[in-house]
Amino acid sequence: MDRIPILKMGPFLLVTIQVDLYDRLALSLENDLINMVSKTGARGVLIDISAVNIVDSFMGRILGNIASMSRIMDAETVVVGMQPAVAITLVELGLTLQGVHTALNVEKGMDLLYDKSDLLTDEQNNQEDTEEPDDYND
Amino acid sequence: MTKDTMQIVREQDVVPFRNRVRELATKIGMSLVNQTKLITAASELVRNMLKYASGGKITLEVISKTGQSGIRLTFADNGPGIENIPQAMQDGFSTGRSLGLGLPGAKRLVNEFDIKSVVGQGTTVTVTHWKNGR
Ligand SMILES: Nc1ncnc2c1ncn2[C@@H]1O[C@H](COP(=O)(O)OP(=O)(O)OP(=O)(O)O)[C@@H](O)[C@H]1O
Ligand SMILES: [Mg+2]
Repeated sequence: MDRIPILKMGPFLLVTIQVDLYDRLALSLENDLINMVSKTGARGVLIDISAVNIVDSFMGRILGNIASMSRIMDAETVVVGMQPAVAITLVELGLTLQGVHTALNVEKGMDLLYDKSDLLTDEQNNQEDTEEPDDYND
Repeated sequence: MTKDTMQIVREQDVVPFRNRVRELATKIGMSLVNQTKLITAASELVRNMLKYASGGKITLEVISKTGQSGIRLTFADNGPGIENIPQAMQDGFSTGRSLGLGLPGAKRLVNEFDIKSVVGQGTTVTVTHWKNGR
């Protein structure tokens, strides 16, 4: 079965959804992400949906599940790159992505995650001239 | 005009069906937002068909009225039917422990929406969306 790759970027996980997901793929992504958050102690999940043409209530529920499960493990979820037509449609459908933050693109999404998780960006780290190892679990 | 049918029996039939709707909508020059609304509504209805009636048949038609073309989709299943349609059409009503957004949301997304159901015989939902969304 296909799988959607999950990349680790510092304290965060990054997923780029490149195809319209069929249900089993979406469910396995939900599982994989939640496992990865718990295994890596990631503090945030960034989901790039800029290539996704259709978000229906099923897909919306998956995104909501990822966000609420991640939050239990102290990780925030940001969905980035939602196409305008998809955003308009979601409002009319009546679907609110509970607990899911949104941002325009990956870069802004990263900023938001740093913000939400009270972590310093590399830049800020360098400015403060700290050379601590990558340890985000306190 | 074009008239097509697709049998829906399993989850893997959903994406090809959505692609087929996309093709037809593109062919008649439907705008992207209207395509997205129609396909999202269609996606909700095909899911209901799979979830509550274990599949069914969809008819896809390109239709026209004075000076305008549109797409009509008919979702017909032989499932258990819906006892109380006004209730099923309410936001938040679900017998499947879900959001209860599919039917009312689909209705909001398309220009015309019709639902008929006979308990023990099945459900037929017809949606029509015009090229310019009006
Ligand atoms: N094709 C169908 N056959 C039988 N019952 C149906 C059918 N479609 C919908 N229903 C009934 O109508 C209810 C409302 O449907 P609707 O799509 O609005 O919500 P849902 O499927 O329960 O949740 P969601 O679509 O938000 O995941 C369903 O819970 C089910 O009881
Ligand atoms: Mg539904």
